[in-house]
Amino acid sequence: MNVSDSTPAMNNLMGSEADSQRTLYPYVTGTSVVGIKYKDGILLAADMGGSYGSTLRYKTVERLKSVGKHSIIGASGEISDFQEIMRNLDDLILYDNMWDDGNSFGPKEVHNYLTRMMYNRRNKFNPLWNSLVLGGVKNGQKYLGTVSMIGVHYEDNHVATGFGNHLARPLLRDEWHENLTFEEGVKLLEKCMRVLLYRDRSAVNKLQIAKITEEGVTISQPYALKTFWGFSAFKNPTAGAEGSW
Amino acid sequence: MDMSSGDLNAPHSMGTTIIGVTYNGGVVLGADSRTSTGMYVANRASDKITQLTDNVYICRSGSAADSQIVSDYVRYFLHQHTIQLGQPSTVKVAANLVRLLSYNNKNSLQTGLIVGGWDKYEGGKIYGIPLGGTVLELPFTIGGSGSSYLYGFFDQVWKEGMTQEEAEKLVVKAVSLAIARDGASGGVVRTVTIDKDGATRKFYPSETLPLWHEELEPQESLLDILSTASPEPMIS
Repeated sequence: MNVSDSTPAMNNLMGSEADSQRTLYPYVTGTSVVGIKYKDGILLAADMGGSYGSTLRYKTVERLKSVGKHSIIGASGEISDFQEIMRNLDDLILYDNMWDDGNSFGPKEVHNYLTRMMYNRRNKFNPLWNSLVLGGVKNGQKYLGTVSMIGVHYEDNHVATGFGNHLARPLLRDEWHENLTFEEGVKLLEKCMRVLLYRDRSAVNKLQIAKITEEGVTISQPYALKTFWGFSAFKNPTAGAEGSW
Repeated sequence: MDMSSGDLNAPHSMGTTIIGVTYNGGVVLGADSRTSTGMYVANRASDKITQLTDNVYICRSGSAADSQIVSDYVRYFLHQHTIQLGQPSTVKVAANLVRLLSYNNKNSLQTGLIVGGWDKYEGGKIYGIPLGGTVLELPFTIGGSGSSYLYGFFDQVWKEGMTQEEAEKLVVKAVSLAIARDGASGGVVRTVTIDKDGATRKFYPSETLPLWHEELEPQESLLDILSTASPEPMIS
């Protein structure tokens, strides 16, 4: 997230200064989330970093959370706004349960609720500074969608936020297919996360993978990925070209 | 869609952590290997420790372009100076040449440098040359964005008259600590040790570095963890 993208200079255009609170720019941010559909359901991956500008300040931030029985949400962007979104979602599910009518919100419903939340805040020039991935399975139907901080939303077989859009989605376009097994799905997500670890400055080597199927939601324990640095070109990059990088 | 791809047209900047340390008999220079354009890592295995002469090296931070051009000019001048002098240049002369360029172009350049080497008159020497072109001869110095995280560390751990092994270990540990916390630093740790016998390059990929707070042992895949772990490794 480039903090300088929305400077104080722009804020005079956005209404009265006497507002209670608005997120002008993010402080503690999470980076990419990547999600894919696979044979039995949905797989989501995200690292556990909470960056404070260029400092990698927090390294055990859970950015994947379950929502009700049928959905999981992954968030990138401002962590405090994500925590607020979770409060709203937990309330939503609670009130739904209180009806006690045998129905429960599925991923489509949750995604729609999120979209309205994000878009309405955007219209008030006070966005929730997040990009979200929402995945789930209900009655055998797999669902994977995404919502941005300005309310842009869509569903697809594979989605990503932030840097994941640029680095992970090309890999997914090439290698995703219907009926990936769990093992294939995990390997594919790990491939994406490894590239992000190499090339995204705000990536942290500690991640979780979440799985949702008809049976329910599981979120893995945190773990780290091996990285490869053993290219001979890396050992002596400037041999013969002293002064280059 | 969202804005976090970073500015790919931003000037290449080596966020960086660079270190120069003297020990009993020479100097150790250390650096990380990340070069970024905005938030994208343009080069994950850069070489920021550049040779000026056989016995003098320079650590580069800040703008990649500015630090490269300064090193190239200084290497060129030192080459001519060595021919004229008839013997290896001193570290002091190298540092002063860097100063002339940094100071006289202070409005255009954005690069912090550390010059380190060995000569027969003064032995191992380290010179810090931050933005603006100040030169300071120091027993050790740190630079780059990652150095912010190391001031307390060095205040505690630094001592005069270390052995070569102690100095190298200290530099590797320090760069590794900075990489853990500075998003602009990363990749591998490179060191160059210079003494009376010349310069030696070393390369430390992340597997060889210690794990710090909240860092985990790297795995091949989640699948390996799941197959070896107890029946309930996943939490809801």
